[in-house]
Amino acid sequence: MIPAPFDYYAPTSLAEALTLLQRHGDDAKILAGGHSLLPAMKLRLASPSVLIDINKVDELRGIKVNGTVEIGAMTTWSAIEHHAALAKACPAMADAVGLIGDIQVRNRGTIGGSLAHADPAADMPAVVLAVDAQIHVEGPNGPRAIAAADFFTDMLSTALEPGEIITSITFNSHGAGEGSAYAKFPHPASRYAIVGAAAYVKLENGQVTACRVAITGAGPKAERQPAVEQALIGTDGSADAVAAAAAHAGEGMDMLGDIHASEEYRRAMCKVYAKRALLKAIERAR
Amino acid sequence: MTATEMKERLVGRALKRREDPKLITGHGNYLDDIKLPGMLHIALVRSPHAHAKIVSIDASKALAMPGVVAVFTGKDMLDINPMPAAWQAAGVKNYPVPPRALAVDKVALVGDPVAMVVAENRYIARDAADAVEVEYEPLPAVVDARKAVEPGAPQIHEAAPNNIVFEWECGNKAAADAAIASAEVVVKEEIINQRLIPTPMETRGSIARYDATTGEWTVWMTSQAPHVHRLLLTAFVFGVPETKLRCIAPNVGGGFGQKIFCYNDMAFTMWAARKLGRPVKFVEDRSENYKYSTHGRDHITEAELAGTRDGKITGLRVKTWANIGAYFSTVAAGIPTTLYGRIITGVYKIPAAYVHVTGAYTNTAMVDAYRGAGRPEASYLIERMVDRFAAEIGMDPAEVRRKNYIQPEDFPYDNGLGLLPYDSGNYEPALNKALEIAGYAEFRKQQAELRKQGRYLGIGISSYVEICGIAPSAWMGGQGWGAGLWESANVRVHLTGKVVVTTGSLPHGQGLETTFAQIVADELGVPYEDVEVQWGDTQGTPFGYGTYGSRSLAVGGVAIKRSVDKIKEKARKLAAHLLEANEADIVFENGRAYVKGSPDKGKTIGELAAAAAVAYNLPPGMEPFLDETSYYDPPNCTFPFGTHVCIVEVDPETGHVKLLRYIAVDDCGNQINPLIVEGQIHGGIAQGLAQALYEGAVYNEDGQLLTGTLMDYAVPTAAMVPHIETDHTVTPSPVNPLGVKGAGEAGTIASAQCVMNAIIDALAPFGVKHLQMPATPERIWRAIHGK
Repeated sequence: MIPAPFDYYAPTSLAEALTLLQRHGDDAKILAGGHSLLPAMKLRLASPSVLIDINKVDELRGIKVNGTVEIGAMTTWSAIEHHAALAKACPAMADAVGLIGDIQVRNRGTIGGSLAHADPAADMPAVVLAVDAQIHVEGPNGPRAIAAADFFTDMLSTALEPGEIITSITFNSHGAGEGSAYAKFPHPASRYAIVGAAAYVKLENGQVTACRVAITGAGPKAERQPAVEQALIGTDGSADAVAAAAAHAGEGMDMLGDIHASEEYRRAMCKVYAKRALLKAIERAR
Repeated sequence: MTATEMKERLVGRALKRREDPKLITGHGNYLDDIKLPGMLHIALVRSPHAHAKIVSIDASKALAMPGVVAVFTGKDMLDINPMPAAWQAAGVKNYPVPPRALAVDKVALVGDPVAMVVAENRYIARDAADAVEVEYEPLPAVVDARKAVEPGAPQIHEAAPNNIVFEWECGNKAAADAAIASAEVVVKEEIINQRLIPTPMETRGSIARYDATTGEWTVWMTSQAPHVHRLLLTAFVFGVPETKLRCIAPNVGGGFGQKIFCYNDMAFTMWAARKLGRPVKFVEDRSENYKYSTHGRDHITEAELAGTRDGKITGLRVKTWANIGAYFSTVAAGIPTTLYGRIITGVYKIPAAYVHVTGAYTNTAMVDAYRGAGRPEASYLIERMVDRFAAEIGMDPAEVRRKNYIQPEDFPYDNGLGLLPYDSGNYEPALNKALEIAGYAEFRKQQAELRKQGRYLGIGISSYVEICGIAPSAWMGGQGWGAGLWESANVRVHLTGKVVVTTGSLPHGQGLETTFAQIVADELGVPYEDVEVQWGDTQGTPFGYGTYGSRSLAVGGVAIKRSVDKIKEKARKLAAHLLEANEADIVFENGRAYVKGSPDKGKTIGELAAAAAVAYNLPPGMEPFLDETSYYDPPNCTFPFGTHVCIVEVDPETGHVKLLRYIAVDDCGNQINPLIVEGQIHGGIAQGLAQALYEGAVYNEDGQLLTGTLMDYAVPTAAMVPHIETDHTVTPSPVNPLGVKGAGEAGTIASAQCVMNAIIDALAPFGVKHLQMPATPERIWRAIHGK
């Protein structure tokens, strides 16, 4: 459990971090919470020769909630978990964060680190997809925003360009008639999602007028579930309507299969967890 | 205090463990805390293949790295013997192939060490290990015990044809065959007791220091049995006098059996320390522990149970393939034979039983004792089969148990399987108590109601008996164990009245420091704080076989009691002399010896200890000092028992199991410290229910361990273990003067089948009769949905 040798930098500003990243290029990895990177390094599955630790970059921390939610990339899960206004603005995020790892993991792990790593079984990708978040990044060519829907490109792969660092995540606070939820089947050892489903709904006059559902854990990357969404929009959001819509979960997705859950089982669980997340989101929206 | 006032007894009181403040505040001294001047560090080059020939090893790049002191291979160490095979299956031919310090010419499992790098620090050693180039010629692998002994299977060791370690049997085959052939009802099941990884919090390791001027080693080791390791390493591995090695077990962070055995690192650190003249350290990381240190269980069993329509069990026939792993670990063969087959009928009077066990080599980690060691496998088997039988004849499983229990008047009870007689027991009260706490009759009504609403609850019963306090040495000798199994203790009362107990037991989480002090304080009548218990260093403690098999109280504790008795006897003689009274008139109570009828005329144990220590006025012929040693060889094992009950709810949509209640009624004889007993029961249950629900080591066909990290292998967290309702009955053991039986493994032995029986009961409406462990959500979902 000893990593290969590496150089270590701990910049105190974003500008300094970006300069270091540009200087060291592909040899460098950004160290955020380190919960994925450091174990991989200890097992020598990853051996970056340079680590740029951005934990001292204070400008990347913090949560702002008004009509919009803005979460700094280096904000820890526990800071998110204990933010009452955020829990109200986006219950799905509160659901998900409370189910990540354990207290020690949540004290150290960060939202930006998790999104950049894009673990196929991480919880947050499903949530940012369901709330249609913007992921703000900064790199050699200045800042830009990437829609969550465009961010996750494949297993452990994102739309981040070389030299870019995630700076924050923004999305709209829920208003009247809006609700969201996250339901998860955790792996018994790692607590990662075997299947995780995030759902957002908007109800107007008893009708579902907007719906976004995303599933993580089941496939190589977190994905929106357009068939479920389309089936639910226009219905009254009743239990039957939800069950009928959720039956489309996983459609068109490549399923992962391993010793913990086969493809067939994961596919079945996509439907169950999409249903459970939707029912909860609708209950909250009402 | 006057002589007539009784000092409050400590035995039976739930004292907090005196060892804990140090351990839970980070002040323990574990192996990896030890740093010796000039100490070198070892990193191993381990095989990525499960089975391969070693074609070549090129260490030149590693040796060129700054800070690398040496690289050694297995061929460098041919001057020492392989690890000992200390417990072989009794009465049959064994084919023991224990591991060498490092593999020679071929590897037999992923993680088999082929070379070791010794370097100035751990980081350099690890980097250099990556630079050692090893060429392998991969061979086909086999990981399944039943497949390993089939014709055409890859052959792992030349010395073990067909990969067979032993073929062993017990019981009466003809009687069992006849009972099954003529039975009204026979239930048959394939029962798999999956492989588990013990996962002590602290991994294993060794530090060796060699003094060339005296030819003596000191080895610090993560050990449950340092005296045994000293014996095996000197007499068997190195061929040097036993006196040339001092073994020290510092604080040991859990063992669960994994630290009983004699491992290669003990040998290669000793070898390297002698070769290099500097201390060397090896500590496993978690991945290495998972790959190479011993695993537990891994049985495949075909079981048949015969009975009558009215619920009487008439016969049991069991055929088991026990996976021994790639090599023969220290006591590997004793676990699936003596500690499994001989107690296969559990708490039931079964007139005809027969067990056949094939031990098989496979390309997997070695399998040896893991908490319960054989008894959980036996208990699981019989309790699943009894439930299976109850379901087949449509009888309440509690009723079937009642009908077949060994009765109180049957003790001492000979089960006909070559075991010593069960010492004492009264099984039905424990069952009744557990069912009463659970509200069994009420639950059955509620269960029927809820099923109508589509909710699936189940209740599971597990009645167990186990073998503790192992064991009478002569009997163990007959079981293939190559030594004795007594225990020893020295008790001294110093001039200041302070009492020092040294024991050959090796507490590593059992709370023995507290338990032993409670016994001594009561027996001698001294303050609890005045009793110091020492262990762990072969220099300064009397020989002991170590702590495992729930034996340290029933054997080691009794040795202490006997030493205290001898101290009291001598103190009584001395008191008679000093008080000018007849010895027969001296009463010893509450730490004070006085003349019968004249309680004011007396001497405290402190005063007597001082008198014995200064030795100014001793009776003729009496030696100075109160200092006594005892060696206690138990006349029998002890047989704790109990009944556990659990209630689960299964989510039919996902297959998830929710543990609603867990009730444990255990009888471990007299309890010295009920808090410690409860803690042991809790921990044991956590490991047993983990087997039922979460844990399972999985190898793929190529012998790669797919559950090689804690991200894959699901050891339960506190949040995954339910509130446990504990209660007990007390049936003192007649075997020893403390009336104790042992409690360290009971929870594990009772719990896996308790949870499985509950799950299968919950799934009865779906026609489920048996499920293999772990009962993962997917397995249950498949059973429900017929997939």
